[in-house]
Amino acid sequence: MADLEPIVGRYLRLPLGGRPHRVYFEEAGDGIPLVCLHTAGADGRQFRHLLNDTAVTSHFRVIAFDMPWHGKSLPPVGWQDEEYTLTTRGYVELILAFCEGLGVERPVVLGCSIGGKIVLELARLHATRFRALVGLESADYQAPWYDDTGWLHRPDVHGGEIAGALMSGLIAPQSPSETRWDTLWMYMQGGPGVFKGDLFFYRADGDFRDRVGEIDTTRCPLYLLTGEYDFSCTPADTERTAAKIKGARVTVMKEIGHFPMSEHPAQFRRYILPVLDEIRARG
Amino acid sequence: MIAAVLDHLAELVNADAALVRRGRYLSATFLVQTGAISWLVTVHEGRVTKLERGPFLMRAWTFAVRATEDAWQRFWAPVPAAGWHDLFAMTKGGHATVEGDLRPLMANLRYVKDVLAKPRRSA
Repeated sequence: MADLEPIVGRYLRLPLGGRPHRVYFEEAGDGIPLVCLHTAGADGRQFRHLLNDTAVTSHFRVIAFDMPWHGKSLPPVGWQDEEYTLTTRGYVELILAFCEGLGVERPVVLGCSIGGKIVLELARLHATRFRALVGLESADYQAPWYDDTGWLHRPDVHGGEIAGALMSGLIAPQSPSETRWDTLWMYMQGGPGVFKGDLFFYRADGDFRDRVGEIDTTRCPLYLLTGEYDFSCTPADTERTAAKIKGARVTVMKEIGHFPMSEHPAQFRRYILPVLDEIRARG
Repeated sequence: MIAAVLDHLAELVNADAALVRRGRYLSATFLVQTGAISWLVTVHEGRVTKLERGPFLMRAWTFAVRATEDAWQRFWAPVPAAGWHDLFAMTKGGHATVEGDLRPLMANLRYVKDVLAKPRRSA
């Protein structure tokens, strides 16, 4: 019999924005719920190494969902006449509805990039609902590194090819070839306009410079970890953000770029396991 | 040093069958500048068919990528340091510029980035 991974996938039916959705998620492990949020234009497969890591799953119930329009979560009925746009409000609603719909209580939420950014808003508005919040490649604001996200969605440039080619630079040169190309494949598979729609939140709606100072880490611990090779959300962006949040814990991860859990899982676990141990010890 | 590296760009690219295949929809001339020296790289269906070293007085090109000699040296290091490891890391950092007709560049971005990274020495 061939190797069977412990990861199990199911669909959760949720009303979001007043419309029915069917949200795909994968999970493995038992213990403290650890809800994982993928990056813009990608999907929950980015967490497959964490979901397969017994050092994590022996203490945590690791759960990674695909946002609507991403991975195996279809867009809502009527999508064909709409332009997908992720907003701060819609993203917060999705995370709260997912956790409530699945019945997980006081989970840890760990998000990367857009997922790392939204944990700042969860920390500000809903701190008591979470045991701890972990933002990877997270900042209240980050300067853009190309002018026009329109390149990501136009008929004369292949959306998957351009997404992969752009994201390739955000992966550290030390990351293994296998996981580098896994990471890029997920970008190449994104639906038309979805990456661009996520970036509306990342670049515009998710400018939290005026509000991260309201975060109270005594209500919920906040950990921010950023890869040294990330020039989209740089270590300096994360450090500047953390300087406004009393008690926020910052780690700069060596030899890692914008996709820690996906591009270099072995290096990432050196940084995330101590954080998860600490969260567990706090009870 | 940089000049010697770029002088061999055509052989480096054309010997890589996967790279040539990836660029099969690109036929264009683009400018690569390092410090005071410029090259015009003419690509036909993914193969570099002409490599001309400047100075040029009045020549057309589709797009141009310019960086200092120091920036290219860092970019081509076996394991580049953070900020020097990608074309757009260098443009964001103010160490390189990209200009001209960007559509052929963006439509063939992986190919162009791979061509520019081809002189990188292996670790």
